Amino acid sequence: MTFLGLGFVILFIVLMSLFWARDRKQLRQNLRSIPAFAKLKQGIHLSVEAGQRLHLSLGHGGITGQTSTSSFVGLSVLQRIARAAMFSDRPPVTTSGEAAQAFLSQDTLRSAYRAINVESPFDPDAAQISGLTPFSFAAGTLPVVYDQQVSVNIMAGSFGSEVALIADAAEQTNSVSLGGSENLAAQAVMFSAIQEPLIGEEFYAAGAYVQAGPMHAASLRTQDVLRWLLIGVILAGAALKLAGIL
Amino acid sequence: MKISLSTSILAGIAIVSGGIVLLGYFIDLPGLRDLRLLLVDWAVILAAVALLVGVLNLAVVHWKRFRASQKGSGNSLVLMISILVTIFIIAAWGGPTTVGSMWIYNFILLPIETSLLALLAVVLIYAFARMFHRKITIPVLVFAGVVLFVLVGAFTLPGLNVPLIVELRDWITQVWAVAGVRGILLGVALGTIATGLRILLGSDRPYGG
Repeated sequence: MTFLGLGFVILFIVLMSLFWARDRKQLRQNLRSIPAFAKLKQGIHLSVEAGQRLHLSLGHGGITGQTSTSSFVGLSVLQRIARAAMFSDRPPVTTSGEAAQAFLSQDTLRSAYRAINVESPFDPDAAQISGLTPFSFAAGTLPVVYDQQVSVNIMAGSFGSEVALIADAAEQTNSVSLGGSENLAAQAVMFSAIQEPLIGEEFYAAGAYVQAGPMHAASLRTQDVLRWLLIGVILAGAALKLAGIL
Repeated sequence: MKISLSTSILAGIAIVSGGIVLLGYFIDLPGLRDLRLLLVDWAVILAAVALLVGVLNLAVVHWKRFRASQKGSGNSLVLMISILVTIFIIAAWGGPTTVGSMWIYNFILLPIETSLLALLAVVLIYAFARMFHRKITIPVLVFAGVVLFVLVGAFTLPGLNVPLIVELRDWITQVWAVAGVRGILLGVALGTIATGLRILLGSDRPYGG
């Protein structure tokens, strides 16, 4: 069984590499429209033009546990949007519920400053830890949403149902809210509480949609291929079970 | 895009250690297993150190906010006093699980978090109602219908025993909902593998640019 798992990972790498080699020179990827990403692009322009702030909340997943990948998706989004939103009078801020994740977000923001040679000095407080338990994190994030003239709130990371408190604050300040998480409870809450939720794999497609690099698009195509493969295996298994063979 | 030497070294460390941990998970060789456990232990230790630095960072941010008399600076003061008192009590009583620390946990932290949980219930009902104000689409109607149906099925109302409602609720939650959840989880699992592999291949570098 472990070799089956290893085989699956190798197949994933091979397909990703093939799609990357094929499509790496394409400037525009042909992706289906997801309203949340259209809203994100619109929101970035809006925040730059109106001189308002963009807030990205990375959740409390950390980088060593099972929920770490959603933190990394959030960081990929941050890496991309920070460069675009850095020209606003109020540069983007991030909130985290875990220390290592906060340092990575600080590092990501700093590298965005370096990459575009912004004259103003980097403010390390722009990437802050707002609390270390889920509810203290949500409570600590609320002042950022309420008081820092935020026009776009992105919730991209590992959350629980406490994300509703942040979403409610975003709604009360009439700011745009969008986001996604790997957690099913958070996805259900986001569906009802935020304007543009990202459900299931849509969240993991964020890198490809914000054009974080050709490997993101390649991994998205690989996910599509393997999803069909899994659907085929599940259907074949069900058919064999019905036929009494399994 | 130019990649600096330090970024290349960081990427090299991340790729090699990630590769060892991944291989150690699939291949059960004694040396590889020990190396994997060692690397995971180091990661946990570093995360613990990061936590300490993180608490310091939190205190510094709020100290600056208090000194600048920004909006909510009173709350920042309360936070700093709480950190200092907690550290003092942990140091004085000799650990995080002693009487003093547990008193703080049981009589301050737990009630505050419970009150936030209660607030969350109200916020969720409000969000549910606001969802219709935003836009009414078929997924929104399905979502609302299932939520209301499952809630009605969960209530025991005296004198109101609608036949088949419990069976129907169970059928929805155990067949349709579970199928949907598994579908979403498959997508999440594939996305998780893709994200991990992008970091292992050095394509995503959330460290040092």
